[in-house]
Amino acid sequence: MDTPKYRELGLTDSEYELIVEKLGREPNDVELAMFSLLWSEHCAYKHSRKLLGKLPTDGPRVVMGPGENAGAVDVGSGYAVAFKVESHNHPSAVEPFQGAATGVGGIMRDVFAIGARPIALLDSLRFGELDSVRSRHLLDGAVRGIGHYGNSIGVATVGGEIYFEEPYEHNCLVNAMCIGFAKTEDMVRAAAAGPGNSVVLMGASTGRDGIGGASVLASAELGEGDEAKRPTVQIGDPFEESKLLECCLELLEKGLLVSLQDLGAAGLTSSAGEMASAGGVGIEIDVAKVPLREADMEPFEIMVSESQERMLAVVEPARVEEVRAICEKWQTASAEIGKVTEDGLVRILRDDETVGEMPVEALVDGCPLYDLEPAEPEEWIYGNRATLEAGASPEEELLSLLSSPNIASKRWAFEQYDYLVGSRTVRRPEQADAAVLQLPEAGNAIAVSIDGNGRRVACDPYLGTIDAVLECAQNLACVGAEPLGLTNCLNFGNPEKPAGAWQLDQAVSGLADACNALGVPVVGGNVSLYNEGPDGPIYPTPVVALVGELPDPEQVAGSGFARDGDAIGLIGPFEPSLAASELAKQRGELKMGLPRPDVEAVARACEIVRDAVRAGKLSSAHDVSDGGLAVALAESAIAGGIGCEVNVEHLRERGAQPEEALFGEGPGGFVVSGERGALEELGATLLGKVGGDRIEIGAGDHSLGVSLADAASAFHSLPAQVEPEAS
Amino acid sequence: MIWGVLQFPGSCDERDALHACEVHGDGARLLWHESRDLDGVDGVVVPGGFSYGDYLRAGAIARFSPAMEAVAEAAAGGMPVLGICNGFQVLCEAGLLPGALLRNVELRFRCHQVELIEEGTGERLSIPAKHGEGRYYAPDALLDEMETNGQIAYRYAEGHNSNGSVRDIAGVTNERGNVLGLMPHPEHAVDPLTGSTDGLRVFERMSGVAA
Repeated sequence: MDTPKYRELGLTDSEYELIVEKLGREPNDVELAMFSLLWSEHCAYKHSRKLLGKLPTDGPRVVMGPGENAGAVDVGSGYAVAFKVESHNHPSAVEPFQGAATGVGGIMRDVFAIGARPIALLDSLRFGELDSVRSRHLLDGAVRGIGHYGNSIGVATVGGEIYFEEPYEHNCLVNAMCIGFAKTEDMVRAAAAGPGNSVVLMGASTGRDGIGGASVLASAELGEGDEAKRPTVQIGDPFEESKLLECCLELLEKGLLVSLQDLGAAGLTSSAGEMASAGGVGIEIDVAKVPLREADMEPFEIMVSESQERMLAVVEPARVEEVRAICEKWQTASAEIGKVTEDGLVRILRDDETVGEMPVEALVDGCPLYDLEPAEPEEWIYGNRATLEAGASPEEELLSLLSSPNIASKRWAFEQYDYLVGSRTVRRPEQADAAVLQLPEAGNAIAVSIDGNGRRVACDPYLGTIDAVLECAQNLACVGAEPLGLTNCLNFGNPEKPAGAWQLDQAVSGLADACNALGVPVVGGNVSLYNEGPDGPIYPTPVVALVGELPDPEQVAGSGFARDGDAIGLIGPFEPSLAASELAKQRGELKMGLPRPDVEAVARACEIVRDAVRAGKLSSAHDVSDGGLAVALAESAIAGGIGCEVNVEHLRERGAQPEEALFGEGPGGFVVSGERGALEELGATLLGKVGGDRIEIGAGDHSLGVSLADAASAFHSLPAQVEPEAS
Repeated sequence: MIWGVLQFPGSCDERDALHACEVHGDGARLLWHESRDLDGVDGVVVPGGFSYGDYLRAGAIARFSPAMEAVAEAAAGGMPVLGICNGFQVLCEAGLLPGALLRNVELRFRCHQVELIEEGTGERLSIPAKHGEGRYYAPDALLDEMETNGQIAYRYAEGHNSNGSVRDIAGVTNERGNVLGLMPHPEHAVDPLTGSTDGLRVFERMSGVAA
């Protein structure tokens, strides 16, 4: 017997039975396609929603929380900053350029859907090791794709992070973040309202691109042949989106829309269903009125198409003509494709014929939610090749860490992005630990950082996730910013496997506990599960992003040493450990386990550094992260173009052996420079001073010294690793 | 001096240019691409971006816009016209400036701070550049003629010509000197908070043309 269609579409037997029960009959192909998408993990969060309830979402500055197209926080003077991160992992693994480009396009639509003008983009990327041709291809394609879309649409790409680890070899991660800026009173929600109002589809025409899982239905109808292998990766058109963006913002500014929603995953099905669900109304869509790229598309194809650069609006009938006129001004197509109803049904018509009819509640909120069955693996489940020879000297270890693509300068990537457009960029990539954007309209500035070291999370999903949040908070503190809200993208493996379930469960608990301890609300998030390749799952990778506020963009520290003769100090409860460190990775010594940080103490250290930066007391501030204290010192020296002479033996008092003091990692450490008296007042452990053209670090029998030039050359070695054929 | 900044679908830097013009001049306004009316401005900026998507060839479509027809007429009458990045490409396509912009020699978009030297004065300016098609090209005979006429406005300082432009040329003018195009972005260099204020020198040069 043939496999039933519903199973090929990813529904289980019991889910299908539930659909039949809710409809009181078997679904037809249109309905089956729509249910299969909205009841997918991607749309229904069926394996993660119960866990996500743990996250704190309230706060005095929250303007919009989870459930809206993007979260938003109040930045004062009547303005809000909206932000969201979303994954585009699987499309990018198939076709990195278009996958990454449409990831950027999609996240921008989420932000302007709530009426905020996109002002910045960041990206969090993960690939396999650079000695793999496939990883270099994916990296090059993803970076070009991000640049292509972001540069062309004129939104600055101001920051991000890239890690290279074996478990991402087959399943790279491309997470894109967009930040928008709006007058709070102009923002809109996605809820449809007012039965009788028109539903207007704007933007690109609808084609067969990105039909995804529903191609099972297509192939069943078309029979055997090439048609079955339709491209499932969408193609991005930043020019179309640029017009659509300006058009939507003008429509909102003129108050012509009741609500607005972008078309992302599951296309019209998802946006129409979610708008109706949020508004507690019904919605009717006539697929015959949807502008098509190909004339002979089936109703289900039109409903599930993921063609890019489309938005759905609810408009009062009397305003439709005005809306269409503004669309024409921006050369954006628009079509009235349906109306809001009061019967609580999603009804799909083709001309006068009803081709699908489902209760909104069943379609959008009816998917069963599952409990995970977590079990902690008994040992390290990932591989770990040693790449550093045993017996390497401390100098060799430092240079090897600086040239690790995880630590080395990412200038090769970020110079392919326009990080200036908009004239808000006060700190460019790598000038400081967080990107800083001025908001002249509100009279202040925001800082943004995005972080998520999957290796630490693999070693301990609970503590590793706490560490990711702390690192992000520390990055903000370094530029004098106070966190206002957090968003995240949870990239994990298969939650139906016990180890994957355990990683996800632990990570969400860590995220919740860290946010509670820091008093930061989670205003939105995204979940990407089933990230596995033939060799197993990816490192569990919760990518977290914090947006913070700083009152005065004139008072922002950089990460580089700035003045000959400045004292160098260490602030914070930093307790270095080689567990999960870059050095442990290079030595092939990774295993389970992380030390437990004192979150309250780290939070206090963040406040001390933040206040000192705001008061202009520091010449530089940089958090201790990958590669430990020696690498942080070297990075500050390279960024400032001036050397340093320090001694880290004080860390013995914290129980650290010399090697751990140099290269051990963990949250809570800040390398700062400034007047000696100022550092003493802050309670910093004095390490030495800025000056010379060498990096000299006393560490007992592990003392090391390298020239600034050699360190810089290692730190800037990424281009040669990315394009070995060119060098 | 009142500036007008053209706005095409796909323009990216028009708001930055508008802001720079406000910092430099007595006011500035956006000019819509479909209108032939320059609204009484004293000078025009053709801004950066990807006009009409630039899918055919950078600037190739924008040159046919009604606003550009008006700009060509005004330029012939001596009005200062400043083309930045995509605007430079549009002015070359429109024949208001000699030469053409080709893909960068490394075939990648690159955004970085560059140093320029103003021809004649020798003044050194630090201004960001960001483009994928910024390699200036013109035939040798034409270049010789332009050098003689004083039409080379800016060259990249040594070590800063990353796009492979011929004779390190970063910006050129027409024969009369009232139309200037350059690849780097002076409008992104008008605020010490975001980098430098050297870009204002370019706007001052253009207001000198007007006077």
